[in-house]
Formats: sequence, structure tokens, C-alpha cells
Amino acid sequence: MANMAQAIRMALHYGEKHLGVTDVFGEDVGPPLGGVFTATQGLKTSWNSPLDERGIIGTAIGLALAGQKPVAEIQFCDYIFNTIDLLKIAGNTTWSSNGEWCVPMVVMTPVGSGIRGSIYHSHSFDAMMTHIPGWKIVMPSTPLDAYGLMLAAVRDPNPVMYLKPKALLRVRGEELIPGEPADEKTLKEMIDAPLGDRSRWKPRWPALQDHAVEIGRGRVRREGSRLTVVSYGRTLPLCLQAAEKLAAEENVEAEVIDLRSLWPYDWDLIAQSIRKTRKVLFVNEDTEVTNFGEHLLRRAVEDFFYELDAAPRLVAGAHIPGIGLADSLEMASVPQMPSIFQAMLELAREVP
Amino acid sequence: MANDTPEARHLKVAKAQPGFRLAPELLLRMHDLMVKTRVLEERLIKMYKQNDGFFWIGGPGEEAFNVALGLLIRKGSGPKFDYFHGHYRSAGVLLAMGAEPLDFIRQMKCVASDPFSGGRNFSGHSSIRKWNVVPISSPIEVQFSMAPGTAMANKRAGKAITIVVGGDAGSAEGDFSTALVWSSRPADPLPLLMAVTNNKWGISTPAEGQHGDRLISERGTAFGIRSETFNGNDPEEAYARLAEIMEYVRAECRPALIEAYVSRLYGHSSASGANFVAEEEDPIKIFETRLEREGLISRKRIEAIWSQYGDEMLKHAQQARHEPQPDPKSIWDHVYCGQKGRAGRYV
Ligand SMILES: Cc1ncc(C[n+]2csc(CCOP(=O)(O)OP(=O)(O)O)c2C)c(N)n1
Repeated sequence: MANMAQAIRMALHYGEKHLGVTDVFGEDVGPPLGGVFTATQGLKTSWNSPLDERGIIGTAIGLALAGQKPVAEIQFCDYIFNTIDLLKIAGNTTWSSNGEWCVPMVVMTPVGSGIRGSIYHSHSFDAMMTHIPGWKIVMPSTPLDAYGLMLAAVRDPNPVMYLKPKALLRVRGEELIPGEPADEKTLKEMIDAPLGDRSRWKPRWPALQDHAVEIGRGRVRREGSRLTVVSYGRTLPLCLQAAEKLAAEENVEAEVIDLRSLWPYDWDLIAQSIRKTRKVLFVNEDTEVTNFGEHLLRRAVEDFFYELDAAPRLVAGAHIPGIGLADSLEMASVPQMPSIFQAMLELAREVP
Repeated sequence: MANDTPEARHLKVAKAQPGFRLAPELLLRMHDLMVKTRVLEERLIKMYKQNDGFFWIGGPGEEAFNVALGLLIRKGSGPKFDYFHGHYRSAGVLLAMGAEPLDFIRQMKCVASDPFSGGRNFSGHSSIRKWNVVPISSPIEVQFSMAPGTAMANKRAGKAITIVVGGDAGSAEGDFSTALVWSSRPADPLPLLMAVTNNKWGISTPAEGQHGDRLISERGTAFGIRSETFNGNDPEEAYARLAEIMEYVRAECRPALIEAYVSRLYGHSSASGANFVAEEEDPIKIFETRLEREGLISRKRIEAIWSQYGDEMLKHAQQARHEPQPDPKSIWDHVYCGQKGRAGRYV
């Protein structure tokens, strides 16, 4: 099974071949490296940009306005902050021009902690990004969803922000991407660039098939009746682990929803689950003040105040300026399995 | 320059005309468009002062350069045609391309029929997709970061170029360097014309407090970019220099940087009063004196042009005054491509 980086690569290949992708570009995105996380190796339309994030976003806008289909990368989301006004322009051009122009572009960028990235390789971007209207925003937590969301992002006529949870990029999936060889080693031989001289290397792409994951649709990853946990990205697998532990130790079944799309998001799926469980916990790792989970929390309160059996909660990152490098610091700064488990346990035990 | 382009023909014919480099019909056409642009801007200023608009910003004083540029753009839709990334002083470019003055007046009045933004944006913030006029937005210099993208598409389609324009103070923004760097990489040079309209001001701060480069155009030299500085208040000079350099960008598929000196005749915007500044040189007055002296036009004819456009713009303003404001419900339209109306709680 592919890992997430390979899944993204295969999706971009599918995009080049079948969906009109014209440019996959950014810092070190083209040959020989193919991206600092290898997600763009071997692609026909990939190229290396200058080290200039504003130029990357601006050029993507220009390409999109001129009828191309760019997928631009910001090497780490920690370096996307100086492009905020350009992200706003990408998001407001259709609206400002009263519908005259569309801006079909994808920006992808690795986000979050989990690789001991210290202060400038651990930022999250979901809270900031969900403050910029006009974009669609997705964040997969499995390779299959990573593949499907990229196909949907590339097909979308709007700007789509594709957040890559960097802690999960090397994690293998449990579901087969349609067309990929089941054997990891075979896949690696086909599409991973070799070490050393790559100048003559060409990938052998498997016969990939379409698999769109509609933007705006979440997915129930674990069914349960006692409480609802909504998460995305790196913290999603931690929520699943915590749910297994809760079932094993406390005999409490938690429902875990992978939001997958942050904007628009699948409120129907969340609402359905809350109606069933009457308890809800939101989990993500961005700093917790004016966090996207706070918005979801507000909606849960407004829509379900009289139906809830417990105060809805948010587990998120500490509101501190950065994530320190030392193991002890990183673990204390962003949600880990034990803190998620603890919040789930408290929620389960709370009685009205 | 290739001999078979319309621009070259204008230049050639003009050689026969004493005192001028350009063909008489072109000179008169430019004069007409310059007056049209000026009268439009002055009508917009009046509208602002009469409470028929919230804010005015525009380009009176830049007509010579802007009209020349607009006449030289190869307009059309898609990468086979030129892309234009202007700024809030670009009305003259668009009128020379054939835009309707009424549309600028509608935007000033924020009526629903404003074709640039449906009443959403300031005056001078145009957008004309059918001619590749990319939406003008307020943040200074961002167009210089977007222009490499359309220029890449032009390069792929062949023979079309991207033109990006900004002010002198704005050249301090990183986006200006972005355009220099991205357009001149040896691995992928781009057909991009970068133009700085230098009015020697950034709002209230004179050039001395803005930047110390001897010439802004010299910044192109370090990148091997063909760079030129000229008097943008002389329509002939502007047209001839632009024609040549645009032909270079087109034919060689390489970038160029120009710096054109222009005037700022009504100050920065309505925020600084929008009053006439007598010390600034007026390109139309200078041009008219020459045209008259060389016998190309009479004073009477000049006055007739001014008054004809005066009447026309007044009529447009009266019309726009009676057009409906945007429907409040329309705030939800076009958040996304093709969207009409509200789709959900937040979208
Ligand atoms: C990024 C940004 N910063 C500040 C402003 C406010 N502002 C509007 S126009 C202007 C001055 C621009 O001067 P210049 O680039 O010389 O162009 P000019 O207006 O003189 O044509 C400023 C500071 C802005 N619109 N955008």
C-alpha cells in the first residue's frame, strides 16, 4: 500500500494525465529532488521555482487566470504566512469581479507537528486558512483520501488549499488506491526515485483509476454511540487509538469522524452523530484561541444546546508562539493520544 | 522592429510628417482618447464631491502613457492575447482599448450594473475578462507577483505578452523583485513588460523618502533585463518607445522594464482632496499646444472635443444615478465560481 506522499504523487500524475494539470511547482518540487517529502517525484509538469513564496502564490494565480491548472507548493506552511494577502486575492477574485473570473488553482503545503520540526517546521495552518473565504480547504488523514481529495481539488474551479499532515506523509494506508500494486516493494520500484544519479530515471506509473472524494464530505472512521469525536489530519489516528482504548478499558464506544474537508465542511454528518451520541469533542492541533474547532463548537452549542448531555469540548494546541524542539516540549504543546483519551473519558463520564 | 506590424506602419508613415514622428491620424486619435480619459476622471471627481460616490482614485496626468499603452495592447481573451495587470490609475489604458466610460461611472456610483465589480469595489478597480484585463485590486504591487503566471501562459500560446503596471513607491514591495526574478531566469525567461509609472510620490511621501535607486529601471540591469526610462507625458515618445519595447518582448520572448515619468494632477485620491495641482505638468495641454502649432488641429476643434466629452460624461452620470443599487442578497453571489445565491448557513 502507498504511503501518503506516494498517494499524492500518484494523484498528481493522474491529474497531469487526465485532468489537465499543467504545472506542479514550488521550491525543490521538480527534478532532481521531487519535493522535500518526495510527493512530486517523477511528474511530467513539475518544476523548481525561485525561493519566493509570494512569487509562487502570485504565479499560481496568474496561471489560473490564464486558463492553466497549477498545483503550487509552499515547502512548509510555516513559510506561507508572507503570502496571506495573495491568498486573500485568490479567494476574493471571483467575488470582487462579480463572477467574471474563476481561479482554478491548488496550493498544497505540509502542516503540523510530529517530525520534531521545532519552531518553524511545526506550524498548523487550518485556523488561519479557514479565515479566508472563497477557498476550499481539505486535509486528508489516509493515503486513499489523500489521493481522492487531490483529484477533487484539481477538478475544482476554485482555489483549493490542500493541507498535508506531515506526520502522516510516510504512513502506509490500509486501503488500496485503485490501480496501485498491492505490494509496497513493487510500488516503490515503480515510482520512487532512486538514490544517487536520477538524471535518466523515469517512473513507471501504475494504471491508476479515478477515485474522487467529494470536497465537503466527511467520513465516519469508527462507529460508536456514546460520544462523537471530530478531527482531521495528524490527530485523527490518535483519536482512533484513543477510541479503541476507551472501548477496551471502559467499554465506551466513541464515534470518530474524519472531517477531511474543512471548508466547506460536512455539518450534516456531524449533526447526525451528535443527535445519536449527545456528546461531542473536537480535536485539532492548531493553537486553541480562534481555532477552527471553536467555530464547530459554537455551531454545536447553537444547534444542540438543549439536546446535549455534556458540555462540548475542544482539545487543541496550546496558545503559545511555537512548538519547542525537545521531545518534552513538543509533546506538551499539541494534543497527543493520552490527552485526547483523557478528554474523551471525561466527556463519557459527564452526566447532566 | 518587424516592419509589418500596425505599430511599425504608424511609425513609418509618420516620418513624412514634419515635426512629428507618428502619423497624424494616430496623433489625433491619441489626443481624443486622452481628453476622453481626462474628462471621465474629472467627472468621477465631481461625482465624489457631489456625494455620488464614496471614494475616487484615478490617473489624471497619466493619459499620454496610458493611452499609448492601451493602443498597443493586443486585446482578446485567453493566453493567445496580451494580459494586462493594471492599477488604480489605468483608466486611460482601458479607454484606449475600447472600454465604455459609462462603466467607470457605474462603478463610482456602486450600482448593480457596474460590470467590473457589481458595486463591490472602488472606482478605478476595473476587470474586463473578454480583453484579459485582470481584476485590479487595492494592495499595492501584488499584480507584479501574478504577472509571471499569465506571462508563462502567453509564452506557451506564443506571440502574446503580459504587461504589468505599478507606481514608483510600490517598487519597494517584494512583489516588484518577484517580477524581476521570475521573468528573467535563464531557465525560463518570460514575455513580461514591467512598467513603472513614476509620479515621484507615494501618497504624501516624496521619492526622496521612498527609495534611493538612481533610476528604478536600473534595477532591471542586474538581471539582464532590457530597461528604459522615458518621458511618459509625451504621447509620441511613449507610443514610440512602447511600440518598440513591446515588439521586443513579443518577438524575443524576454522581459523588459520601463520607467515612465508621469504627472499626478489631482493628488493621490479623494482622501487627499482630489484638487487640481497647478505645479504638475499637464500632458494634454502640452500636446495640444504642439498639435495646434503644427497645424494638425484647431483650437475650435479642441474645444469641441472637450465639450462633447463633457456632455457625454454628464449624461452617463445622470443615467447611473437612476440605476439600482446592488441587491443586499447578492453578497452571497460568486463566493465560488458560478455561485448564485446562498447555498447554506455560511456559503
Ligand atoms: C500593500 C499596500 N500598502 C499600502 C497601501 C496604501 N496605499 C495606497 S496607494 C499608496 C501609494 C502608492 O504609491 P505609488 O506606488 O508610487 O503609486 P501612485 O499612487 O503614486 O501611482 C499606498 C501606500 C496599499 N494600497 N497597499
